[in-house]
Amino acid sequence: MEGLERFIGEHPFFAGLDAGYRQIVSGCTANVRFEPGQYLFHEGEDADRFFLLRHGRVALEIEVPGRGALTFQTVSEGEVVGVSWLIPPYRWAYDARALDLVRAIAMDAACLRGKCDADPTLGYDMMKRFLPILVDRLQATRMQIMDVYGASD
Amino acid sequence: MRCGDAEFIDVDGLDALFRALSDRGYRVIGPTIVDTAIVYDDIGGTADLPRGWTDEQDGGRYRLVERDDDALFGFATGPHSWKRFLHPPVQRLWDAERDGDAVTVRPAAADPAPLAFIGVRSCDLQAMRIQDRVLIEGPYPDPHYADRRAAAFVVAVDCGTAGGTCFCVSMETGPEARHGFDLKLTEIIDGDAQRFIVSAGTEAGRAVLAALPTREAGDADLASAAAVVDRTAASMGRTMRTDDIHGLLLSNLEHARWDDTAARCLACGNCTMVCPTCFCTTVEDSSDLTGTRTSRSRRWDSCFTADFSHIHGGSVRQSTRSRYRQWATHKLATWHDQFGTSGCVGCGRCITWCPVGIDITEEVRAIRETAEQ
Amino acid sequence: MVPIVARVRRRRRDGPGVWTLDLRSDEGAVRPAAPGQFNMLTVFGVGEVPISVSGDPGDGDRLLHTVRAVGPVSAALADLRPGSAVGVRGPFGIGWPVGAMAGRDILLVAGGLGLAPLRPALYRLLADRDRFGTLTLIYGARSPDDILFRREFQSWRRKPGLDVQVTVDHATDAWDAHVGVVTTLIPRATFDPSRATALVCGPEVMMRFAVNGLRNAGVDEAAIFLSMERNMKCAVGLCGHCQFGTVMICRDGPVFSYDRIGAMLGRKEL
Repeated sequence: MEGLERFIGEHPFFAGLDAGYRQIVSGCTANVRFEPGQYLFHEGEDADRFFLLRHGRVALEIEVPGRGALTFQTVSEGEVVGVSWLIPPYRWAYDARALDLVRAIAMDAACLRGKCDADPTLGYDMMKRFLPILVDRLQATRMQIMDVYGASD
Repeated sequence: MRCGDAEFIDVDGLDALFRALSDRGYRVIGPTIVDTAIVYDDIGGTADLPRGWTDEQDGGRYRLVERDDDALFGFATGPHSWKRFLHPPVQRLWDAERDGDAVTVRPAAADPAPLAFIGVRSCDLQAMRIQDRVLIEGPYPDPHYADRRAAAFVVAVDCGTAGGTCFCVSMETGPEARHGFDLKLTEIIDGDAQRFIVSAGTEAGRAVLAALPTREAGDADLASAAAVVDRTAASMGRTMRTDDIHGLLLSNLEHARWDDTAARCLACGNCTMVCPTCFCTTVEDSSDLTGTRTSRSRRWDSCFTADFSHIHGGSVRQSTRSRYRQWATHKLATWHDQFGTSGCVGCGRCITWCPVGIDITEEVRAIRETAEQ
Repeated sequence: MVPIVARVRRRRRDGPGVWTLDLRSDEGAVRPAAPGQFNMLTVFGVGEVPISVSGDPGDGDRLLHTVRAVGPVSAALADLRPGSAVGVRGPFGIGWPVGAMAGRDILLVAGGLGLAPLRPALYRLLADRDRFGTLTLIYGARSPDDILFRREFQSWRRKPGLDVQVTVDHATDAWDAHVGVVTTLIPRATFDPSRATALVCGPEVMMRFAVNGLRNAGVDEAAIFLSMERNMKCAVGLCGHCQFGTVMICRDGPVFSYDRIGAMLGRKEL
């Protein structure tokens, strides 16, 4: 546990987290690794975990029949994979595939949700950490939709 | 004018002035009536001037009316300004000729004759100064404008009549011509006596003046001349408050009044064509059928067209609202940032020649009265 | 006002519909351009457009412009064969403040064709590498096929003292680097925000996003520089087309510090 708690303390996502909460959160974590090409999760599966990347990159993909898997974002170390665990019905909306050897902290979603429900102050702290990620992704998506670089064909 | 040095000429003396300028090689341009408006064109003598006519002006309205005297300069301003000659509507820039893979480019030739302007009003003198700043005093002077401007001979006239849309007093640009002329006239009509108090502003002006049949002016003449500009100053058709106009407009770029104006504005660009300071141009390249001879011309452009702000993808200013706002805020506010002066001289032409009578003084007033702060 | 006649010496495809023209002047050298400056290029009988200089200012022998065929003049330019005549006026404008960046950590943030006006700055920074702190090139393109100067990226990646990060908005299977908008790369770059200068060039929307990313990362607004684009006819402050509120892009720019124009950026139809 001590190692995991240290990893949590070092990860930018949990920067500045109260030591007491760090210990609580650590109770929901596991240390995981994925080989290149291995999937962290698939679309439609239960979103029962999310991942704090410590090393390596992960491609977020959507399978399009006839076009294969389209990557819409890559996520690197220091960043977070997975937000669907926050919102019912807790189901993944895309595939996540390791591009390199990936080391990550996996957070048990049901466990963390339970702790957040039990202590709304912790819950609010978690929301404040996740909301900027969601807003950044929303804004990035807007920019991608605008296709600002102009048509190439 | 030095004290005791005042002189005057009569109508014959004015004809002598035109002859003197013509003899010195100038192309003499002054006010004359064409198509029921007083415009600037080549004139041969005082017979070509709009003797006994004045103009009635209001928003979207211009009419010539007979005066009850024989004044030669008894009107305000018409649709033309002197930029028509200094910064003409079309200017050839260069011609190129291809011979195999080689191309030779020749700059356009300069004008054959220097220009003499007769009857330049104070507002238009200031407009010339403003265009000087834009077209000569930046890092890349426009050689065509600079050559014409340097060669031009300017005969100013103090305004004896304020037009219905004039507001030079608000813009501090008139009605008295104070500098920027070679010679200045003040027309005095007293019964049948018609005199022009004349003074020189430059050496070139003094040299021409010396050749004219002048007579010494008396104190009564000078008092009459002073009364002329006082009377004009007191009868401005429009006023505009200019204190903090820069901050006022730039802090009200989203004011609802711009929508109101846009609902009336036809985006025709008339205001930019008649404005004596509007300087915007575009270029046109042309080619003969074989592509051997090509050329580039510059022509007046207007910020009211869609093309004006076109970049890859479309126009930056798609709405009429944004185009009127650009024009008005440039004229009254950002001109200061770019050139250190206002871009408006209060001549009122944009009001008179707007087909729907949009009045810049009224627009500014509306924004000022309802501004957030 | 009058162009000098130059000739296309070489022409190279540098992206889809994008060509780099290597020009040589007939009548003595065209004046060398500082990084970020532009020339007005004329196709005789067709017209004239502003094109930024994309070559190395230190390479006096080559005058490079990278053109994307988007309008009649740029399409005619992009289609010119070696030997063809091109009219050149310039160089014009105020470019990147490379001379004032000694000792700074430097981020070059480019999007799409916006890499072309930044390339001369990159050449100068690399030529004088010891004078600067960290140096990062962040580049965003629409898709892997749209990446500009693809071959040159190979050599940039091998340069010591240059961190190159490329991302695309839309990936294909063969692409194994970053996917996502260019701003996502800013937090991943190594720099000290208190002594960082960022040069940003790309579509205006992309630059506005990039500025937000840079400000979030702590970069000072006065140390963020953008290269602006507006309609231009004369390039010398006489035609009025490039008005942008209080400034004229050709005369006062095209490169501006963010603190000078930030309040006007994103203002609708200004």
